[in-house]
Amino acid sequence: MPDTTRGGDADSSRAADPAATLSPEVVAKVARLARLALGDDEVVRMTAQLAGMLAHFHDVDALDLAGVQPMSRPYEMVNVLRDDEPAPSLDRDEVLAAAPDAADGRFRVPPIVGLEG
Amino acid sequence: MAPRGAVETARAVAAGDLRAVDVLEEHLGAIRAREGEVHAFNLVTQDAARVHAAEIDARVAAGGAVGPLAGVVVALKDNMCTRGVPTTCSSRILEGWRPPYDATVVRRLAEADAVVVGKTNLDEFAMGSSTENSAFGPTRNPHDTSRVPGGSSGGSAAAVAAGMATVSLGSDTGGSIRQPAALCGLVGVKPTYGVVSRQGLVAFASSLDQIGPFARSVADAALVLETIGGHDPLDSTSIPAPAPTLGPALVEGVRGMRIGRVTDLPEGAEPEVLARLDEAVAALAAAGASIVDVTLPSLGYGLTAYYLIAPAEASSNLARYDGVRHGLRVDAPDVNAMYAATRAAGFGDEVKRRIMLGTYALSAGYYDAYYGKALKVRRLIADDFARAYGACDAILTPTSPTVAFPVGAKTSDPLTMYLCDVFTIPTNLAGHAAMSVPFGAGAHGLPVGVQVLAPALGEHAMFRVAAELERRAPAAGGR
Repeated sequence: MPDTTRGGDADSSRAADPAATLSPEVVAKVARLARLALGDDEVVRMTAQLAGMLAHFHDVDALDLAGVQPMSRPYEMVNVLRDDEPAPSLDRDEVLAAAPDAADGRFRVPPIVGLEG
Repeated sequence: MAPRGAVETARAVAAGDLRAVDVLEEHLGAIRAREGEVHAFNLVTQDAARVHAAEIDARVAAGGAVGPLAGVVVALKDNMCTRGVPTTCSSRILEGWRPPYDATVVRRLAEADAVVVGKTNLDEFAMGSSTENSAFGPTRNPHDTSRVPGGSSGGSAAAVAAGMATVSLGSDTGGSIRQPAALCGLVGVKPTYGVVSRQGLVAFASSLDQIGPFARSVADAALVLETIGGHDPLDSTSIPAPAPTLGPALVEGVRGMRIGRVTDLPEGAEPEVLARLDEAVAALAAAGASIVDVTLPSLGYGLTAYYLIAPAEASSNLARYDGVRHGLRVDAPDVNAMYAATRAAGFGDEVKRRIMLGTYALSAGYYDAYYGKALKVRRLIADDFARAYGACDAILTPTSPTVAFPVGAKTSDPLTMYLCDVFTIPTNLAGHAAMSVPFGAGAHGLPVGVQVLAPALGEHAMFRVAAELERRAPAAGGR
């Protein structure tokens, strides 16, 4: 990697040592946020792998990022408008035919309320 | 005899000198002969292809007009939507899903009278550099089937390298067209972000993804890009301009061009790969280009920026696979448990890892330290390129640090696999154009690719350089 000098990162966003902060409990919480039902062994394995990656990612701490504007996409976005002309939409039956479960022209899902989450 | 290219095929079919059905049968024969060992395809659509090819022939026989890719056999990476035809992203979570619409690129290929022969294997949701992360098994490199074809568009690369398709489409988020092109001895193009519509491309990382062609020649790649490129009102990030016209670039040569040679490249490339790069630079100098030394000091940090930004975007994009609208559902008593069980059963390990990494990088308390920082590194890399392109018209680097590696060599450590993308990732972060051109052989006689980088909308300059490299490339070795 080029340049190993530590720059002064004035935006105080440097993370703590990920090996210290990334516990299986944190990983289990992230899995809940990501809606992934991971087994205990998967959580343990994932914790080690993610910690290894995060440790590598601290190579950028060598850069001086103070005052650098974040770049989230190649070009500045401009709002795109079109004329409001009616046009055919997707065929509802064709769309619903691809769903795991459908009824009465709608997607059908298990109960959303009334059960323990 | 070298297999017929797309340019030659389309011309001969349009003239009535060659029948599209015969072209198709040649390719189906290659599929029958080698697909068992290569596994390039998730699905071969031979019945629909035969109907389409016969229809093109009938039109030619009746004196009707045909499109610029008449009878050209093309394979599609299986993350591009095809109406009524399964589109899996090589994931169990989408198994059996039949999209209700065609991707814009699929429509444009059909309008150009290309014949789609099938959907090709990929690393699940395009996450990988070897096409080993597929729910349907790995694809093998046609040059040496003990080795990987690269990835994630490995099936599209292998199909063309094995003569199962004349050209193909891949998608490139961090090198997923260019790296397999290099490893399979093909031309592979990552166009400028916004040149090719992403409508109907299953999203991985929306600010990085771009569709492009694989081909056995620079001219074929140019023809396909001219066909699929250009503004699409259905993609809000599509550049409002027509597709580039690349024919002149193929014959202009490089006299007077300024070619950047990077003096602070990240380490890790094999000596043979660096030797081919040096020879490519010398070849362009011999052809009349001037060579300019440039520095890209932030380039090596692209890996970190990419492996935070891409998973962050993926964690959001892949939230839609929840067992409600398409593909797999694992039943559970309530909807939240159904989501979590479906996603746990449907996604493979690498996809889960990236969703987790992205979710973590975006979560409260870690956003500034990881995702926010990655976005600033992305800016530094774009600034580096902007400075470099003040002094040169195009830049040459290796495409891949290595030639094709053995199946299984990098599957145990995700970071080792990620390092495959060190030279290709910065282009996606900047949104620029880049392509890989075959340039001789490396270790074990395997193909080596040289990467030509150009600024945004620099396709003309990029294809001038690529065509010159193709004219001056050494033979690809004994395989």
